[in-house]
Amino acid sequence: MYRFVLRRLLSGVLLLFVITTVAYVLLYAGGGDIARRIVGPTATDAQVAMKSSQLGLDRPLLIQYWEWLTKALTGDLGRSWFNGQLVSTGVSSRLSVTISLVLGAVIIAALISVVIGVWAAVRRGWVDRLVQFVGVMGFAIPGFLIALGLVSLFALNLKWFKATGYVPMTTSFGGWAATVTLPIIALSIGCIAAVVQQIRGSLIDALRQDYVRTLRARGLSFNRVVYKHVLRNAGGPALAVLAVQFIGLLGGAVIIEQIFALPGLGQITVAATGQGDIPVVMGVVVATAAIVVIVNLIIDLAQGWLNPKVRLS
Amino acid sequence: MTGAPLPLPASAAKVSLFRKLLIHPTGAVSLLVLFLVALASILAPVLAPYDPNASSLKDVLAKAGSEFLLGADSAGRDVFSRLLFAGQFSLAGALVALTVALVIGVTAGLIAGYHGGWFDTVSSWLTGLLMALPGMVVLLAARAVVGQSMWLSMVIFGVLLSPAFFRLVYASVTAVRNELYVDAARVSGLGDVRIIGRHILTVVRAPVIIQSAMVLGIAIAIQAGLEFLGLGDRTIPTWGSMLNDGFINIFKAPTLVLWPALVIGLVCVALTLLANAMRDELERSRGPVKKGRKAAPTGAENASEKRGNAAVVHAEEPSSNHGELLLEVTDLGVGYDQPDGSTTDVVHHVNLTVRRGEVHGLVGESGSGKTQTAFSILRLLPQDGRITGGSILFEGRDLAHLSEKEMTKVRGKRIAYIPQEPMSNLDAAFTIGSQLMEPMRVCLGISKTEARKRALALLAKVGIPHPERTFNSYPHQISGGMAQRVLIAGAVSCEPDLLIADEPTTALDVTVQAEVLNLLRELQEELKMGVILVTHNFGVVADLCDRVTVMQSGRVVETGPVRAIFNDAKHPYTRKLLEAILEDTAPRGPLVTAGTPRELNGVTP
Repeated sequence: MYRFVLRRLLSGVLLLFVITTVAYVLLYAGGGDIARRIVGPTATDAQVAMKSSQLGLDRPLLIQYWEWLTKALTGDLGRSWFNGQLVSTGVSSRLSVTISLVLGAVIIAALISVVIGVWAAVRRGWVDRLVQFVGVMGFAIPGFLIALGLVSLFALNLKWFKATGYVPMTTSFGGWAATVTLPIIALSIGCIAAVVQQIRGSLIDALRQDYVRTLRARGLSFNRVVYKHVLRNAGGPALAVLAVQFIGLLGGAVIIEQIFALPGLGQITVAATGQGDIPVVMGVVVATAAIVVIVNLIIDLAQGWLNPKVRLS
Repeated sequence: MTGAPLPLPASAAKVSLFRKLLIHPTGAVSLLVLFLVALASILAPVLAPYDPNASSLKDVLAKAGSEFLLGADSAGRDVFSRLLFAGQFSLAGALVALTVALVIGVTAGLIAGYHGGWFDTVSSWLTGLLMALPGMVVLLAARAVVGQSMWLSMVIFGVLLSPAFFRLVYASVTAVRNELYVDAARVSGLGDVRIIGRHILTVVRAPVIIQSAMVLGIAIAIQAGLEFLGLGDRTIPTWGSMLNDGFINIFKAPTLVLWPALVIGLVCVALTLLANAMRDELERSRGPVKKGRKAAPTGAENASEKRGNAAVVHAEEPSSNHGELLLEVTDLGVGYDQPDGSTTDVVHHVNLTVRRGEVHGLVGESGSGKTQTAFSILRLLPQDGRITGGSILFEGRDLAHLSEKEMTKVRGKRIAYIPQEPMSNLDAAFTIGSQLMEPMRVCLGISKTEARKRALALLAKVGIPHPERTFNSYPHQISGGMAQRVLIAGAVSCEPDLLIADEPTTALDVTVQAEVLNLLRELQEELKMGVILVTHNFGVVADLCDRVTVMQSGRVVETGPVRAIFNDAKHPYTRKLLEAILEDTAPRGPLVTAGTPRELNGVTP
């Protein structure tokens, strides 16, 4: 078990390293004359050169990268080129908003998907067809369109929720819940659609397995067999889909945060992207990659818990 | 999305797929919607009443009406005209992404799948890397460097989407690479390029087309998302930038956001439904895959049909077991509901009795209905299967009409079951111990410590050398013979009155078969159980059974005490089965003296 965790941990760290390296090289080498972009087209060549040396951009890329990496390992991701703010502070202060959104959406999606997926797989017939149809729709319609629909219906017309704004969970849980309800719904619908399909499919397969009959023949009720045994066996593929969805939600959250004016990672990303504020963009990439690595690690551990073959091999 | 290779004669499939889509309800509507949107976009210069970029201050946020069909946006530009022209850019952008993804994904997938080697390793690794980060974040990061060009963004997104095709093509190619017809083509001297073109591309074409529809929808959505964030090229009209303008002015002109949202939603849904319709049609043309065993109507069945239900019934012998009647199956029928509403009958008018302490052999070849009969007694028929008639009296109660809740109380505690295939009948996710304890705790209501004690004792009793170790093992860590012993332990754990064993030795090594049969006999004698032993093997019957019922094509053809059947088989089918075993054992004559008859019978195939 320890070796399993250790191996996963190492491959996660390796992935993080590769992603940040590739991102750094592409961002810093692919952007042409960065200093010129910052100081503007009217600046003299001397001013551009000065800016360039001030930011350390006139040195070889490898040396710049090495410096960035050694500082990043101590938690220092540099400063924004435009407002001088520490990237680490800017990113981490917004991280909690995004994570609470995405985590909320994933947890809700997982719970709802299990209920609907079991329902469709066990009942089949019209229930199954309805779930399939709604699933396809939920999957097809982009999440931000759903968000726009939710805003205009529940916030602008019915006025059940505020359209924009954010209350931190630490200030008031009720206030937080009120501000994130619509965004979480918008995020989770596509996720539910995808996970339900997977749970339904693997449950139908798992229900055909011989051990289901044998366990029932031993006197266990159908529901007990489904929820304790079948669901656990069908859980592996569903977890894998959930992991993919989680990564997708990190991207979807960027747009959702914009619609609901939530001060999350998306906001700082969009601003930095528009300006070409590469240290901040790099910080966002690092934070996102770190989340992805952590999520994958958790999912791997969960897979090991579900499936002893994974754990013991 | 589907990774399964489709074994289709593809040239025929492509033509007929398009035709089939035209009559598929959602497929036809989706195609029509997409066709109309594409046509309107192409004809935008003709259809649009205004220049999409012509702004006028006096018309800012003008209402919909005769002058502007759908109103004007925040710069006074005609929404309808912009919607039409935006279609050109949005669709073209999505096509750029699709093309890039197709070229990279399909090429890399073909090479990696066909040749393998280092290219396989590297590309699989790169695929993992590309899919590690959310596409939106990568696009935003790229946007910071490459600027606002929609085309460049879509090229990058195409690269990010290429794993969707890579994985699909890779899976299909590795599946067919070693097929005989590909080998044959190679042997006959065809070059790799021709083999890929002729034999492999045809296999992946259909799934790639389906995936393309999905990818196009994703590309349109993500492009709209980027533009919606206000990060797009403001000089060209796109649906996403219109969405952005509409959202900014949602308080002043609420309908402005509606039109682009509708078009984007419509196109995305149409593309997804189209992909689903294509998958439906392809799966349908592969033919329905029906699971579960069915009795195929054969000539033999017709013959027995003519004979009606006249099963040969042998008289009871004086030495027969006269214990209390445990189970009495009368006139049992089992049928499977078909998708067209009809029912296919697989068991007809079966009669069967089991007394306490008696082993009743249920014999017949595959598809004779013996397993279906056994499952009906447990009321555990596969999905769509049901008891169509007759009664199953067990201690005076008719199991055929018992509620599921009542039946749950009968299973395990009163009637137990030993399956055929040991490995697939244990839940791989739980330890042997927990699978033994759980039913005991439910059925007998005993504590965990008590259940553990009993489980360990049972494991020792069924001849497992290290009960403690097996108790803590997972199913994949023990052998098939051990697993069958575990299943037997599980079956007898609640001391049932009736045990149904479905070919309990068929899946085992010949050396283990005899041991398992001995164990069954010992347990049967000790617990005074009635046993229904389902088997196709008369050797096992001779060894264990007191009475035999022979089934063919879902009917009982002969029944009686085991000696009567062996000495005086009347039905031709029974004779044929007996001859089969005698022919088999005859050449081994000299060996009979070397062992006890029981052991030999156990190893008879």
